[in-house]
Amino acid sequence: MSSNGTNERKLTIARAMAESIQQEMQINERVFVMGEDIGELGGVFGNTRGLLEEFGKSRIRDTPISETAFISAAVGAAQDGMRPVVELMFADFFGVCFDAIYNLMAKNIYFSGGGVSVPMVLMTSTGGGYSDGGQHSQCLYGSFAHLPGMKVVSPSNAFDAKGLMTAAMRDDSPVVYMFHKGLQGMGWLGTEAGATVNTPESDYTVEIGKAKVLREGTDVTLVGLAMGVHNALKAADQLAKEDVSAEVIDLVSLVPLDRETIINSVAKTGRLIVVDEDYQSYGVSGEIITTVCEHDISKLKAAPKRVAYPDVPIPFARNMEQFCLPNPDKIVAAYQAMV
Amino acid sequence: MTPSKDQILWMYRNMVTSRRFEEIIEEIYMEGKTPAFNMANGPIPGEMHLSNGQEPVAVGVCAHLNADDIVTATHRPHHQAIAKGVNLNKMAAEIFGKSSGFSGGRGGHMHIFDPDVNFACSGIVAQGCGPACGAALSRQMQNKPGVAVSFLGEGAVNQGAFHEAMNLAALWKLPVIFVVEDNAWGISVSKEASTAVPRNDVRAAAYGMPGHFIENNDPYAIFDVAGEAIKRAREGGGPSLIEIETYRLAGHFMGDAEGYRPEGEKEALIEKDPIPAMRARILSDGTASAAELDAIETESQSKVNEAIAFARQSELAADTDALTSVFAA
Ligand SMILES: Cc1ncc(C[n+]2csc(CCOP(=O)(O)OP(=O)(O)O)c2C)c(N)n1
Repeated sequence: MSSNGTNERKLTIARAMAESIQQEMQINERVFVMGEDIGELGGVFGNTRGLLEEFGKSRIRDTPISETAFISAAVGAAQDGMRPVVELMFADFFGVCFDAIYNLMAKNIYFSGGGVSVPMVLMTSTGGGYSDGGQHSQCLYGSFAHLPGMKVVSPSNAFDAKGLMTAAMRDDSPVVYMFHKGLQGMGWLGTEAGATVNTPESDYTVEIGKAKVLREGTDVTLVGLAMGVHNALKAADQLAKEDVSAEVIDLVSLVPLDRETIINSVAKTGRLIVVDEDYQSYGVSGEIITTVCEHDISKLKAAPKRVAYPDVPIPFARNMEQFCLPNPDKIVAAYQAMV
Repeated sequence: MTPSKDQILWMYRNMVTSRRFEEIIEEIYMEGKTPAFNMANGPIPGEMHLSNGQEPVAVGVCAHLNADDIVTATHRPHHQAIAKGVNLNKMAAEIFGKSSGFSGGRGGHMHIFDPDVNFACSGIVAQGCGPACGAALSRQMQNKPGVAVSFLGEGAVNQGAFHEAMNLAALWKLPVIFVVEDNAWGISVSKEASTAVPRNDVRAAAYGMPGHFIENNDPYAIFDVAGEAIKRAREGGGPSLIEIETYRLAGHFMGDAEGYRPEGEKEALIEKDPIPAMRARILSDGTASAAELDAIETESQSKVNEAIAFARQSELAADTDALTSVFAA
């Protein structure tokens, strides 16, 4: 891993993803991309922009709207020595093709006892906040992470986005790469400025399975991923004004999950708040809290809390959606209720 | 089947209502979204898929339906909703996310449900095919009249759900019509680049049902073919597949720069706008006078204005309404 922060060039996550794929395609001719509108359009969310021009239609393949066909084709191609990167335009669309994902992509290494590898990346957009309604706004982190056999990552910034994508393409196991629309740097989706950060030009990897402590603190540990990290960082700023020192952990990867970093942090702070834009029940927030409780519940000074999406479909109307979404104020309020 | 004067004027009226409705929606959608286009802003946030240019499909088919018949539509639903006779006020309010909308703002423009006229739509392509079969099955099992029409785009026919539903419909001889709106584009991907056959009507043969292809976005031809297919379904003859060449006069959604379109394509399509074409035809064959058509246009405009005013004046739902209506009351 070569990751120096000296480079002053800022990229959006969309551009960081495209650059990672571009560089890997230059050095590995087995890498190719399939998905809807990933060619001439450059991806609805901009993450394949410029690739068609450089690599042509054979390696940058616009597909029919046939997710089962092209995602399971990627499994077959991966087992046969190619390294496909496929895009499921919205994570919400997993309903039409999940068999290819969790019964094939995720299980074939196991079923073959390691006889085959499935080196493929499934990239998919997540998240709401811009009133796209209940079939175009979900995160579904827990749904993917629950099922064994696939690594699951989600970057909160462009540096990680590039390094994680490169790591994912070099991994011999399938990696689900979930990018949050609100962090993508596409103005039409509104965008979180904190996601557009210095990103080195040369290729590098960010380790899959390692969380990052983005801000050190002593009073409470805030754990999140993707957009949740930005909400946590803003909450930490607000808490600092009240002399509360919050530690912020970016999970970066859900599978494998870096439990140690979380446990060590809570051992220090004694308080835990998990921020998750996915549905609250049976998901990431429960898993993080359980991790801490199972390890050593005596370290906790207060019952852990979660600021997650309520267990309802995502409403269209802005006021209702914003009411449901996690935000910094809710995190601050959760802390205040703990002490 | 040849449309009567009343049917012709009904089709014209609904085409105009749909177009006027979308013209206003288009304008209001941009409120709060300039100079920087951010989908989250303005009185109508989120994605907006306009159907202007595709009105003939909606009216040519729905002219043969009554409120008891079922329609499942797509992410691009306004023209079909209007032709099916949904409550325009409630539809407008839904698009604005207001409490007086069909779902009180929970659904939005891709999720319009008007149970009074058996209309529903949804945001994932080909998603309506199965429910249309199910509704038709329900009528068959209950010995009740009614046909179901599932609209989908030419891009959506490459989805497995479409093929599974086609087989089921044919196997059980369900009163279902699959209507494929061929506007030549699935977002940025052309039909040619996504589909192994030039015309999807040939796929009907694979399921032993009649297949039809209609050229030129012609409401009269659509009326004719859809009328025969629907009549056949009502008489127990089973499903049909109809693919209709139509025109997407706008982008995939609002904000689409449409850089993928060949130069001049859009201008050429606008030249073939079906609404002025129909008006000209009505006048030239003497079906109705300019005064009659003007009156229809005025009525359509005022109906639309009323719906928009209703939506604007309606209240937002309470924030906490987001948490209700998950399960049946
Ligand atoms: C299963 C699924 N995959 C992808 C999408 C994203 N998507 C929305 S509309 C669209 C294009 C649909 O094309 P078509 O069916 O021809 O309908 P049109 O938009 O032209 O009306 C795509 C790919 C989706 N909604 N559902």
